Amino acid sequence: MTDIRSRGEDAAPLGELRIALEVSIPSDVRYIERVVEIVRSQCMAVLFAPRHCALNVPVALSEALSNAILYGNGEDPEKHVRVRAQVDDEQLVLEVADEGTGFDLEEETNDPTQLENIEREDGRGLFLMQQLMDRVERFDDHGNVIRLTLKRGS
Amino acid sequence: MSFSIKKQGDIVVVDVEGQLIVGNRQELKQKVLDELEKGEKKFLIDFSQTGYIDSSGLGVLVSLSKKIREQGGELRLANLNDDLKTLFELTKLDTLFQIADTRERALESF
Repeated sequence: MTDIRSRGEDAAPLGELRIALEVSIPSDVRYIERVVEIVRSQCMAVLFAPRHCALNVPVALSEALSNAILYGNGEDPEKHVRVRAQVDDEQLVLEVADEGTGFDLEEETNDPTQLENIEREDGRGLFLMQQLMDRVERFDDHGNVIRLTLKRGS
Repeated sequence: MSFSIKKQGDIVVVDVEGQLIVGNRQELKQKVLDELEKGEKKFLIDFSQTGYIDSSGLGVLVSLSKKIREQGGELRLANLNDDLKTLFELTKLDTLFQIADTRERALESF
């Protein structure tokens, strides 16, 4: 697992609490934990709330990466997933891009808390992203991109 | 991240060390199913050393819960920290599982 490619920069003096990070990984779920750890540590470095760093960010990012690797890229080792993280005083913005054709965010999001869904093994990923982030967007930009936004004070 | 399994009386206790996520959920599932196949009926999964759990990790717990019940067994969870409790509450899985605050209480509840 040596070909994680990352480009981290302290884009501004530390006092301004701004970090930008870009990571590209192969379509393999074994990379997820390492990428999440990198972003989580940045989240802690800019003093986001402990709960955001321990729950919201790791789980939502993990879901976005799983979807990109498993469904967007179909675990094709030739395809990559790109992660961009931007953190500043106000918010954390994460973008996860795969090489797939995308999907309809609203249509694909179920409510797993409904009685008929509660014992389903799958179907909680998009729901959790939406519960744990302030905003979830999907758009096309040379591939399929999910953008997750979490405001510092939320 | 790893899973350790030990017996306490007639209860199989599984410790989840690190994350329970898409990359390792099958390992947990297989370990528990192997014990179920050996005839074990009582299972406790302890999360005191767990970081975060993703949707596929939650899915494996749901699946194991069903399989254990089908064999006439019982599954309890213990030691969810506040963040993990929130995750179970958001997904309403706190209504599906029997969750104890401590390992001792979970062991006593069988």
